Amino acid sequence: MSHDALLFASVFLACAVEGVEAVTIVLAAGITRGWRSAWAGVAAALAALAAFVALMGPALTALPLSALRLVVGGLLLVFGLQWLRKAILRASGFKALHDEDAIYAEEVAELGGLPVAAQGLDAFGFTVSFKGVLLEGLEVAFIVVTFGSNQQNVPLAVVAALAAVAAVVTAGVIAHRPLSRVPENTLKYAVGVMLTSFGMFWGAEGAGASWPGGDGAIPVLVAFTLLVSLALVATLRRRHSRIGAVGGSEVQA
Amino acid sequence: MSRVRAFMAFLYDFIVGDDPVIAGVVVIALGVTALLAAGGAAAWWVMPAAVAGALSWSVLRAGR
Repeated sequence: MSHDALLFASVFLACAVEGVEAVTIVLAAGITRGWRSAWAGVAAALAALAAFVALMGPALTALPLSALRLVVGGLLLVFGLQWLRKAILRASGFKALHDEDAIYAEEVAELGGLPVAAQGLDAFGFTVSFKGVLLEGLEVAFIVVTFGSNQQNVPLAVVAALAAVAAVVTAGVIAHRPLSRVPENTLKYAVGVMLTSFGMFWGAEGAGASWPGGDGAIPVLVAFTLLVSLALVATLRRRHSRIGAVGGSEVQA
Repeated sequence: MSRVRAFMAFLYDFIVGDDPVIAGVVVIALGVTALLAAGGAAAWWVMPAAVAGALSWSVLRAGR
């Protein structure tokens, strides 16, 4: 394989992995919290990314990616665990199935119209999309600059990265329709699992840990989080059936 | 002032959520991971262990 083909394949695969992570997060935010906020998050992240790249250029390699991973990972993990906690309580009958919107409406009312000032955007959907796309976008830019400059062919690295992003986004658009037919609480449960898994991965990497298998640890973390949460649902369901009265046992989270 | 307070309350609720213990455990776990990694020890296991522990404690307490 020629040097150029090797460079293209390496950058394409590396960027595809980063792209899948970003698209997964945007899909999760869009389907569960609304596409308007998710797209706004994507647009804001792309604008920030373009500004970063234009400003820094080759100096991008000096960016403190670890610190960024630590902050983004930590926040995603806290968000993911919040969602997973609620989803587990709903799935086991300890919490009403459709309370999220009511709670959010209460928060909006308490703010005296603050989110309305932000054109009615859902803060959660926006933030999650923004952070996911910004972090992965920076990693894509980092890959392009490092691989491209090492092989002295940045334009080819840019083409490979764009091809990878286009392929992943197309796959995401195709996956979006079947995903939107999944029941709401199941989706929220899945989003909780995904955010928690990505949060653990990025947070630990940002703190300096190395995952066995690199990016291959992500599916293992997803399986681990799913198994732990399913075991908790099973335990709580048994407890709930012992308690008996469905309405009387609903907890205020 | 009340708008600032309302915004801070929103921010707290947005980031910390229903159970502050979860956010606390995440911060501590990230710190422990950083310390272990800085000392050259394997640190990847800290986050999964902390997540399993914090989530179990939080939901089992809520479903009491």
